[in-house]
Amino acid sequence: MGYILSEESQKLVAMVRDFCDKEIVKQCKEFDISGAFPAEIMKKCNEMQLNLIELPKKYGGPGLDWITIAAIYEELGRADAGVASTLATNTMLMKVLFKFGTEEQAANYCELLKRGGYSTFALTEAQAGSDAANTLTVADKDGDDYVLNGAKAFASNGGIADVHGIFALTDKTAGTKGLTAFLVEKERAGMKVGQEENKMGIRLSNTTSLFLENVRVPASNVIGQEGKGFSMAMQTLDAQRIVTAAITIGIAQRGLEEAAAYAKQRVTFGQPINRNQAVQFMLADMDIKIETARQMIVHAFTLLQNGTRCTREASIAKCYTADIAMEVATDAVQIVGGYGYSRDYPVEKLMRDAKVFQILEGTNQIQRMIIGGQFLR
Amino acid sequence: MNILVCVKQVPDTMEVKIDEENNRLIRDGVPYTVNPFDSNAVELAVRMKERYGACVTVLSMGPVQASESLRECLAVGADDAFLISGREFGGSDTLATSRVLSEGIKKIAANKGIGAFDLILCGRQSSDSDTAQVGPETAEFLAIPQVTYATDIEKTDAGFIVTQAADGRINRLSVTAPCLVTIGKIAGFPRYSNMMSKIASMSAAVPVLSAEDLPAVNPETVGLLGSPTKMTGMQAPKKMKSGEILDGGMGEIIPRVAEILADQGFI
Repeated sequence: MGYILSEESQKLVAMVRDFCDKEIVKQCKEFDISGAFPAEIMKKCNEMQLNLIELPKKYGGPGLDWITIAAIYEELGRADAGVASTLATNTMLMKVLFKFGTEEQAANYCELLKRGGYSTFALTEAQAGSDAANTLTVADKDGDDYVLNGAKAFASNGGIADVHGIFALTDKTAGTKGLTAFLVEKERAGMKVGQEENKMGIRLSNTTSLFLENVRVPASNVIGQEGKGFSMAMQTLDAQRIVTAAITIGIAQRGLEEAAAYAKQRVTFGQPINRNQAVQFMLADMDIKIETARQMIVHAFTLLQNGTRCTREASIAKCYTADIAMEVATDAVQIVGGYGYSRDYPVEKLMRDAKVFQILEGTNQIQRMIIGGQFLR
Repeated sequence: MNILVCVKQVPDTMEVKIDEENNRLIRDGVPYTVNPFDSNAVELAVRMKERYGACVTVLSMGPVQASESLRECLAVGADDAFLISGREFGGSDTLATSRVLSEGIKKIAANKGIGAFDLILCGRQSSDSDTAQVGPETAEFLAIPQVTYATDIEKTDAGFIVTQAADGRINRLSVTAPCLVTIGKIAGFPRYSNMMSKIASMSAAVPVLSAEDLPAVNPETVGLLGSPTKMTGMQAPKKMKSGEILDGGMGEIIPRVAEILADQGFI
């Protein structure tokens, strides 16, 4: 593992791996097939406080450094990227609240997390994914309240969330500069959860649409300032993209491990297939890609840890990791051959899981626009 | 209520290697863990703490690195931990170990000002030596009642009701406090430590009791020389040749099975 960790962090990561191996790796298969939410697995994750790994000491969390957090997310991703995504999605709203919310909003949210609660970060709409300026959800001021109307799409944790982070237009003429972020508790009248998406991968994570019909929230539910929603989201996405990359690298690492183990025991023409240089080179290339991506994650997190802006590095890490995870998972299926294509073996799931990471949290094309955009200035 | 649990650090591996020259287990490079039955005992103690309220102390005798296993116990709910360690104790058999543990238990109780622990728990037996003797012998040295092979314990006014699994039946035994109970299988599994308790356990103090701290222990009755049981030989079980796994479609496998059976003279 390419992380330089303190002895304490190594023990924490080893504890998480042991837990994942015993409680997630085998158990996730049933839910991958059914698409049902793995409530028991998530309950155990929360009991382990894996939902608190990004929580600072100030709020009663472990106060881990970003490199340790990366190593833990990799372990979770290695076990099941859906479980890891459910946990990581929770931290998106948290990051916005820590940076821009009131002390009360942040503290309340931490208490919710500690109780095992979940949240969404609902920016995407049916017609507004990469292009957030197309957002149609509106929030109209009415006295001291706001009234929200609209629909959100592909909301991770949508059906299990206790509170939603909703991005809505408070100024319909200002594009993304008219977007404001709101906390909307699930109990609010008019807040409805739509149908769950029947996804190709990360099937243990819950993804739904959300509908808001005259949902009334007090002004105290606004996060930060009016019109700053998009800017806040972008500013917190740097950290989230590196977290996502760390989960993704776990998928790739698992693919390499599965392929290497299979290649060692699968005999053709009188010898294990890993004796064939063609297979050895495939495994070597998988390893090269994984370690390269991992070091990008470490570098981006090191910048973040030191308070240095890392938008470019976060995008590079997210984009490259997702691309190589897809390649590595595809090669893992190739090495395991016909069995790899079967649902009885774990590698086809990795291929399905890896794909979404080229799409979510800014598609890899959007990441390339961010990276390439610097050359236009 | 004050509960003390005796725990042993054991190799966390199925492949134990033996140094044939001195009949000892090769311990270098082998990962260690808490003896599984001792983990059950700690879990039961922590469940009793949650149910009745108690202070749970864990105690081990072993090399300095055994403090790591004690920290694992702290991470899953034990309140404090002590390690008995010193060259004098090396090579102790079950009798010598029980002698030292019993004096350690008395010393810790005295230091805590509690007189005696209400309940002492031990794992039924260790995974590395499997004798199931240390618990019962410790109870004898402490001159307290004992129940072995327990699966559960309930607190009563005068002591405890112990559920005991033995000889294909379940006994429910009443025992007065203080007493010692050895724990076998329990309902459910020992809990995992969580992030915060794991972190806290890493910096927790694990006081070490040396031979000097236990003046009541006669040095001639502990360690290799003070142990009446002598290891005269040890050997690893003979390895069986691993089977051959046949891979491929039925069309390939069935003729191969026939060929093997014919080669072996079975058909």
